[in-house]
Amino acid sequence: MSRIVLEIKNLSTHFFTDSGEIPAVDQVSLHVHKGEVVGIVGESGCGKSVTSLSIMQLVPNPPGKIVGGEINYKGENLAFASEKRMKKLRGNEISMIFQEPMTSLNPLFTIGNQMREAFRFHQKISKKEAREKSISMLKLVGIPRAESIIDDYPHQLSGGMRQRVMIAMAMSCDPELLIADEPTTALDVTIQAQILDLMRKLNEEKDTAILLITHDLGVVADICDRVVVMYAGQVVEEGSKREILKDPKHPYSQGLIRSLPRIHEREQKLYSIPGTVPKPKLGRVGCRFAPRCELAFNRCFEGNPELYVTGEGRRSRCFLYDKQEGEAINDATTEAVIGD
Amino acid sequence: MFSYILRRLLMLIPVLIGMTLITFSIVHLIPGNPAQVILGETATANAITELEESMGLNEPYFVQYGHYLMDLVQGDLGTSLRSKAEISKEIWPYIAATFELTIFAMIFAVVVGVNAGIISAWKQNSWFDFLAMMVALIGVSMPIFWLALMEQWIFAQELGWLPAYGRQNSRDPIAAITHFYVLDSLIHLDFSRTLTILKHLILPSIALGTIPMAIIARMTRSSMLEVMKSDYIRTVRAKGSGQFLVIYKHALKNAIIPVLTVIGLQTGVLLGGAILTETIFSWPGIGRYVYEAISYRDYPVIQSGILVVAFIFVLINLAVDILYKKIDPRIKY
Repeated sequence: MSRIVLEIKNLSTHFFTDSGEIPAVDQVSLHVHKGEVVGIVGESGCGKSVTSLSIMQLVPNPPGKIVGGEINYKGENLAFASEKRMKKLRGNEISMIFQEPMTSLNPLFTIGNQMREAFRFHQKISKKEAREKSISMLKLVGIPRAESIIDDYPHQLSGGMRQRVMIAMAMSCDPELLIADEPTTALDVTIQAQILDLMRKLNEEKDTAILLITHDLGVVADICDRVVVMYAGQVVEEGSKREILKDPKHPYSQGLIRSLPRIHEREQKLYSIPGTVPKPKLGRVGCRFAPRCELAFNRCFEGNPELYVTGEGRRSRCFLYDKQEGEAINDATTEAVIGD
Repeated sequence: MFSYILRRLLMLIPVLIGMTLITFSIVHLIPGNPAQVILGETATANAITELEESMGLNEPYFVQYGHYLMDLVQGDLGTSLRSKAEISKEIWPYIAATFELTIFAMIFAVVVGVNAGIISAWKQNSWFDFLAMMVALIGVSMPIFWLALMEQWIFAQELGWLPAYGRQNSRDPIAAITHFYVLDSLIHLDFSRTLTILKHLILPSIALGTIPMAIIARMTRSSMLEVMKSDYIRTVRAKGSGQFLVIYKHALKNAIIPVLTVIGLQTGVLLGGAILTETIFSWPGIGRYVYEAISYRDYPVIQSGILVVAFIFVLINLAVDILYKKIDPRIKY
């Protein structure tokens, strides 16, 4: 495997609110290789977005703050880097696109004006050159009539077009890493497919690593190489896309995959994981998923599971895979619970 | 853009007609006979009838209104009962005086208010924020005449830095051309006089501008805080922008729209003539002009004064609407 671009180690980002300290991201570790597409999957409120914003140091502060861990970008720890250093990296080496293309562009400036900035913050080029480069970027992301669209205002474009503009803007300085925070959530399915195709194309052509945050396993299946599953601020499972989709280890991942509709099955009712994601809080004892888990046993409510290695490049935060716990318990419990 | 302005100007016509109808009616709403009022208690019945005929007061209401409108269209605002001068000629220096004061007061209010609001939002909950918002709160709640008197006491009386009243050195009056004295002195290339005139402007401008400044500061702060949370601000930061550009380019342009409304309304209010401030600083503005007309029962002057002020108010609002459109490309009418 090629070199690692981004390696997050035990990252914790907490929110300090009137009702106490909330560990939105709790000891998260993950890594992205050059040219790799890594998906972070999980329900709303599981800390995916905060993780991605932490990398850019864009977590609204106050109330959010990185309280511990490392964010190693090409060997440099960015977790507590200065604003000056971050300014140089943002949009230049690490760039980001967001969930809401409708509101992510400033409504009062033309597309050209906003795209120009992406170049001029990081390169010494004239307005005219920046404009020409912007037009070629717009063409690259498949925007027709780029020469005239560039003088339009965001409200004159559709959602899909705006997301293309966002991608063009993010890609304009050839970043090493593109963080895409639910880039297709607000778009309809056909546009979704186009945007994913575009991202895959850019990934292949420019060898840009992509960290894709999504709650949509369909998107994961479409584009990711590797998957990190998050639950309640923690990583609960990690592995290659194929393995996770085919053979999920963690009960949460299993539940997620079971709740996908399948085209060949004629079930009357779609499976759903009972309950909702618990609100993150400090000092919680027990596996965070235990209250919703069909396989939970006593230990799950008493101890905090670690990430246990379950295969090559695979880890799962579940006592079922604790070597000390032994295979016997694993099988017995699984059958006992399922048998009920 | 041009057709938009044209359309807005056409839409002014009914507003103007409504305004003239109201100002015209004011005279007719006053109890008693205008001719009687003009001639006084001791006038004979003959004299009153004669005056009524010469003023056209014996004609039906709408015919009189028609005459009034015809005169207005020709720029004739009537004749002052007190000075016997044509109001349209007499009124301009007063308007210019008020305009000049308003311009400086609003420059003070906007520059200080908008920046204080921006910095307060930028450094939310900092000592600057608390201090600025405290000053703003005091600013909106302080009686303006008290502030004016304190200014005069401290800066004119005690320190002697600035003149306490008037528009210029009254022993050496300027040869007025436009009646905007700053402009006039510049036309005369008389820069020491410009300085004197500017000094006269400082205290009344601050007194008059304090309330708008406080309102603008509070409005800008809340509007900026709102905008700073939006997605496009995050996008700009994700592009690697510095904080200054984020705030003064991307956030301010979005945040200024509601502030602009306040600026427009406040400018209108100030142009309407701040009688208190103009009286305390002996500023010969439109407020004083109308105020004096009221004490002399100079009805044509009151009527014209109100009409002119209302007209200016409408024009300012038109200007604000045009600015909206200039700032926000999404606005369509």
